[in-house]
Amino acid sequence: MSILKPLPHDAAALHVSGSAQYTDDIPTPDNTLHLVFGLSEIAHGRIVKTDLTDVKSASGVSCVLMAKDIPGKNDISPSPFPEPLLSDGTLNYIGQPIFICAATSHLLARRAAKLAKIEYKKKKAIITIEEAIKAKSLLEKPVVYNKGDPENTILNSEFNLNGTINIGGQEHFYLEGQAALAIPHDDGDITIHCSTQHPTEAQHKVADALKKPMNAVRVQVRRMGGGFGGKESQSNALAVACAIMANQTGKPCKMRYDRDDDMIVTGKRHDFRIDYNVGFNGKGKITGIEFKQFVRCGWSADLSLAIADRAMLHSDNAYFLSDAKITSYRLLTNTQSATAFRGFGGPQGMIGIEQVINHISQYLGKDSLTVREQNFYNNPSKRKNEVQTTPYHMQVKDSIIKPLVKQLKSSSNYTKRRLEIENWNNKNKFLKKGLALTPVKFGISFTLTHLNQAGALVHVYQDGSIRINHGGTEMGQGLFQKVAQVAAQEFSQPIENIKITATDTGKVPNTSATAASSGTDLNGMAVKVACEKIKLRLKSFLGKTYKLKATEIEFLNGSIYCKGKEYSFKSIIKQAYENRISLSATGFYATPEIKWDRLKGKGNPFYYFAYGAAVTEVIIDTLTGENRILRVDICHDAGKSINPAIDIGQIQGGYVQGAGWLTTEELIWNEEGKLMTHAPSTYKIPACSDRPRIFHTNLFHYEGNKKQTIYRSKAVGEPPLMLGISALMALNDAIASVGDWDRYALLDTPATPEKILFEIQKQIRGI
Amino acid sequence: MNKIHVNTSVNGDNLEFLCDPRETLLDALRDRLNLTGAKEGCGTGDCGACSVTLDDRLVCSCLVLGVEAEGKSIGTVEGIAEGENLHPLQQKFIEHAALQCGICTPGILVATKALLEKNPDPTETEVRYWLAGNLCRCTGYDKIIKAVMDTARDLREAS
Repeated sequence: MSILKPLPHDAAALHVSGSAQYTDDIPTPDNTLHLVFGLSEIAHGRIVKTDLTDVKSASGVSCVLMAKDIPGKNDISPSPFPEPLLSDGTLNYIGQPIFICAATSHLLARRAAKLAKIEYKKKKAIITIEEAIKAKSLLEKPVVYNKGDPENTILNSEFNLNGTINIGGQEHFYLEGQAALAIPHDDGDITIHCSTQHPTEAQHKVADALKKPMNAVRVQVRRMGGGFGGKESQSNALAVACAIMANQTGKPCKMRYDRDDDMIVTGKRHDFRIDYNVGFNGKGKITGIEFKQFVRCGWSADLSLAIADRAMLHSDNAYFLSDAKITSYRLLTNTQSATAFRGFGGPQGMIGIEQVINHISQYLGKDSLTVREQNFYNNPSKRKNEVQTTPYHMQVKDSIIKPLVKQLKSSSNYTKRRLEIENWNNKNKFLKKGLALTPVKFGISFTLTHLNQAGALVHVYQDGSIRINHGGTEMGQGLFQKVAQVAAQEFSQPIENIKITATDTGKVPNTSATAASSGTDLNGMAVKVACEKIKLRLKSFLGKTYKLKATEIEFLNGSIYCKGKEYSFKSIIKQAYENRISLSATGFYATPEIKWDRLKGKGNPFYYFAYGAAVTEVIIDTLTGENRILRVDICHDAGKSINPAIDIGQIQGGYVQGAGWLTTEELIWNEEGKLMTHAPSTYKIPACSDRPRIFHTNLFHYEGNKKQTIYRSKAVGEPPLMLGISALMALNDAIASVGDWDRYALLDTPATPEKILFEIQKQIRGI
Repeated sequence: MNKIHVNTSVNGDNLEFLCDPRETLLDALRDRLNLTGAKEGCGTGDCGACSVTLDDRLVCSCLVLGVEAEGKSIGTVEGIAEGENLHPLQQKFIEHAALQCGICTPGILVATKALLEKNPDPTETEVRYWLAGNLCRCTGYDKIIKAVMDTARDLREAS
């Protein structure tokens, strides 16, 4: 058995010895040029005059290109809406690329680009959500999902509350910045090494920019130093820039953003404002709810429509809402184009409903967990309840949220600790503790249905060694190892006999981005299909040669058994080769059962849901707002986990990244629209010292995914990020304990010490 | 600008290289000596991905000039293993799955090794604060700390 095993990451030995090669580590030919972008200094307006004389004459500079110099399309958009690589004269945010400067070294290129003299005509910039609402700056008309009659049920309900929460964005801060290297070939073709989650799209955009067919462009990526969604569309710019410069100069071209450029140029997680209006009864059961989601998309469409959709699709989280209306406003602003980030809108949608639940519980003076339990989706397998539906009319047939939370409640000693914290808070004047348990129900599948496909290529060589390739990219999530485990399992071979190779558009074409947590689900299945084809050929060969039925041939314990007699895998492969049996196959997989109408808000956008829950305990200093996470308990659903070590890593990392987003990671734009927090000196992701003092992480053990996913596992990339919401809700709980519970502690995110202190003052002074 | 000739020792080997006086030690290691284990995460000394030791002192190589290596002894991640044999610290990082994308790993290993040489018996709090200058975006740090504590225990027992 190779699956269900905690094997290390496929490149772990390379990582610890410093020899794992990332894009920036690939040795470059001597004549390589190094590129940087010249960036816009205004948030909105147009270019009146561009004088690049000093740039061109600076030391080491060999070429400067502008939009007009691009042979094909000036476009790097991942959506049908255009998004120019280089400004076409209009400018839409501070940091928008205007020209590309190529020099003999990275340092010289950077120095030269600063010498540009550009005259601008400024226009009024729209920076904030409030400004965009006022200016009616919309990307598309508002989208509405509706179920039942929320307006009436809210009107007729026992209690009614409303409120607003503002949710900040998040910088990906992959430790490896964006990077690409283009190598032109003798026949005009080009190879691009690119740190990207979406090699096929990079290939497509490069081909369009060069006016060449896609078969002239090859994109390769062996590994990334983190992606988190930030290299799904944002990597296109570097791939295309390197390609057009290499095409122009005939030389290899490399580009890597330094950290400040990376943060200033690339998009981030979407900021949201969510307004809610909720009706409920005395037990805290929600009877009707209306959400308005205002989404700051930045200057271009990018992936914003799908992200805003996913936020709507997660406004129920794990709660059954009988009557619900969700309206989504997609706002255009003069800021970076907000983009994919782990969770893809889901986290913001969930925060809306979690705030509502905390608001209701504080209003009713109940523990928030009892209110949550009132509203959870039923577990259909336990009792023959009527199947409940989401606000987008999909039946929830696989809910395990109730048993999962029950298990976590008991393993974390929730009830006892709740009382202890109450006592502790009564005895301590300045320090206060808070506790919260929040659930996660996350829909798995790309909501753009056609993306749910994957291809693979499996070779068995004549010596019995196996090499696999698929469309998924490795960004640290352990995808390559999990997929290798699939091949090892299928052929019943030791994992050491499987080689994993770089993702390469020349091997597996037309791939989807490694995104939406789909990596293992899709690529694991595609590899399985390819392995099955080869096994079938082997069985048919053995059947004919030795007069055996298919059922008499087994792949077991590293060998092949024919009617119980053991043959080495190697010897059978050698025989098959000598008998001219094809030992190479492609595999293809398309997720079944999904059907979705995004404009009507009806259908089954997801194949299944992944569940989880976390309990966080925090402490705050009411005099300073300073705070710490004291303890975290997690129970998470990975179905039947293919690799528990890798999955637990994803869960812990996801939690910390989610908690960081909601507490310390603050993005600040000044009035001009300039991002002021563009380096780790001012933008604080969690550090080692912030790790929760006690961190219990467990997988939920059960029979696994109800759907026929790869070995009944579940996707685990994005869902754990939303476990971090429990940290925000625990802070909210701690703040509420300062007052007399008659005022809701509505905490905007990120909940920095300043915001916490402000909310505490509101509680104390009764503002 | 004229390049400067620098004599130094890296992981015990005497080496020389030519570099621009404005070039960082990180760029000199990566571009002149082809030692790409140290990574540039921020270029401002805030992330620790470029950690190396300079005469046994832990530094961010992005904040040191290449020319400052003259006459000094540099330790990088490439020098932690002894030939083919991984250092116990490296083995423990694999065993505890204390890495994901792996790009912060070299810096964390160099920093941890420097800690354990100074303090073979650190408390968990000491480890957490010593490594606070090495950012990791993937793991959430839990397994890293467990790997470090476990290595320290093993090394103490072995000595």
